[in-house]
Amino acid sequence: MMRINARTLPMLATLGVFVLLYALCAVQYPAMLSSRVIANLLTDNAFLGVLAVGMTFVILSGGIDLSVGAVMGFTTVALAVMIEGAGLHPLVSFTIVLVGGALFGCGVGAAIHWLKAPPFIVTLTAMFLARGAALLLSTDSIPVRHEFYQTLSGLSLTLPGGGRLGLIALLMLLAFVAGGVLLHFTRVGLKIYALGGNARFAGLMGIDTARTTILVYGVSSTMAALAGIIFSLYTRSGYALTGVGVELDAIAAVVIGGTLLSGGVGGMAGSLIGVLIQGLILTWITFDGSLSSWWTKIAIGMLLFIFIGLQRLILQFSAPTGRTG
Amino acid sequence: MSGWFMAARSRLVLLALVLLANVLVAPGFLELRLVDGRLFGGIIDILNRGAPVMLLAVGMAPVIATRGIDLSVGAVMAIAGAVAAASVNAGHTWPVAVLAALGTGLACGLWNGVLVTIFRMQPIVATLILMVAGRGIAQMITQGRVLTFTDDGLAGVSSATLLGLPLPVLIALAAAIITGLLVRATALGLFVEAVGTSPRAARLAGVPTPGILIGVYVWSGLMAALAGLIAAADIRGADANNAGLWLELDAILAVVIGGTSLYGGRFSIGLSVLGAIILQGMRTCILRSGLPPELNLLLMALVIALVLVVQSPACQPALSHLTARLTKRRAA
Repeated sequence: MMRINARTLPMLATLGVFVLLYALCAVQYPAMLSSRVIANLLTDNAFLGVLAVGMTFVILSGGIDLSVGAVMGFTTVALAVMIEGAGLHPLVSFTIVLVGGALFGCGVGAAIHWLKAPPFIVTLTAMFLARGAALLLSTDSIPVRHEFYQTLSGLSLTLPGGGRLGLIALLMLLAFVAGGVLLHFTRVGLKIYALGGNARFAGLMGIDTARTTILVYGVSSTMAALAGIIFSLYTRSGYALTGVGVELDAIAAVVIGGTLLSGGVGGMAGSLIGVLIQGLILTWITFDGSLSSWWTKIAIGMLLFIFIGLQRLILQFSAPTGRTG
Repeated sequence: MSGWFMAARSRLVLLALVLLANVLVAPGFLELRLVDGRLFGGIIDILNRGAPVMLLAVGMAPVIATRGIDLSVGAVMAIAGAVAAASVNAGHTWPVAVLAALGTGLACGLWNGVLVTIFRMQPIVATLILMVAGRGIAQMITQGRVLTFTDDGLAGVSSATLLGLPLPVLIALAAAIITGLLVRATALGLFVEAVGTSPRAARLAGVPTPGILIGVYVWSGLMAALAGLIAAADIRGADANNAGLWLELDAILAVVIGGTSLYGGRFSIGLSVLGAIILQGMRTCILRSGLPPELNLLLMALVIALVLVVQSPACQPALSHLTARLTKRRAA
């Protein structure tokens, strides 16, 4: 019973913080309760949410993926070049970048497993690689004017109250549901938790650690490519410097969502709330109008500190024989 | 000492290759000219441009040797630059501004060290907090603008000349020598490596583990503040958004190229500085060659990939086999 508490408590604390923040915002600005604001919150942070889905897998497996922002940036440029330059249909281009992203991630996972190198440095290399390749494709921002993009942007679900939930917000929610099912209701998910809990024991228990590692990073890069598609639809352009530093926002969202950076403990639902908290802070700053956006960074830093401290406390109380180091 | 040269040999070859590439790109690269009591030339340029990363690498190497990482150095550079610029603009003299900046660096390092040591956070997380929040703090100090200053004393940190060399080069070299002496002329280096190899064994052997851990982060913060001063003096202004942006990655790369193991327990200040010089040499070469500067990222990725493959435990048996055969052939 204690372990279940230790696992769900950080997530519940995050949910509490979100509700509290939202209530505070709503008291100050009643307009925050409108479904338009809620729909925008989901739409504007759709790319970050999709990245957080992939990052949750990686962090649960005990790793980290610093390359997602660069893969996302590369995807937006590649899409623009394929659609505008080569005249491919967007759906064909989407398929190509998703498959490409998956293969790239599998390569990263394979390198981490067989070179026995820290994930941090391998994904850093992947980040340089993807960002460099994107800049080589084009250093300019390329607009995408294909009519299919217009059609996709027009698709939306109207919420009661007039808020329009766009296609990209729906894609993000779908990614969270699919990620959650894969993680919490399948054998693959269990293997990822086992790998993050203790990679050596997982291997001794007969879990194919190579395949699991490759899968985890494959999922992460595919999600990064999907985030690139979403960003491309959102801005209708491709730019190589898209998503610089966004990997840190994704990591912060996952950590604020209650997933331990040491791996093995956490879940998918928390990450969604982590993304929404970041979006909420930004929305509040926009509503306020007098604060600069750099307050977001300080607020996120403080939240990270509070949540990590909280996790430490919970871990210390729930596992008196806890591991060191 | 001979062991150091054995380890340095492959890096010196790499450096020679980079310098050779530079000479091929710009034939007058190796020339040194003395103008108005200051040396000018390609090599001086590389050392001068590379000084901030050299400083960061000097601070980063001991941190990585304890199996840690300091992601916040770029943000600390921005904060230190902002503090220095704000102090001279508030009417303080430049030595006060420099001291304030260095003090800020120490405080930032102490914060990281306390989080890692007392709160027992993973280093990557603990320093991530300052990396994310640090630029916000720097922007709070500069009020979101590029805070320019006219104080010649503070600008001199980057532009002054001493003994014919630009001051940043001397600062970086002095920092490297002082750090090298601190860790190798005393037992501190051994303590750092002991903590990185096994924190528990180190504690049982009587190594003051918490002090060593806090110490390496404080030192890294101090080096980052020095680098931040140079960066701010260079443009006569504190740019909270761009000062030291992504330099933490360069510093980590320099340390890795220098052969410091990412698994902790082994480090070299001298080789890390050499790594920083190699990186800057590559960058200068690409800039001078007229190739797109974006190639630099790809080249850096290739270099790390190479180092990773060579360092990986999977490749070690093959490599040692190869070296053994080569030595045998030479002996025969």
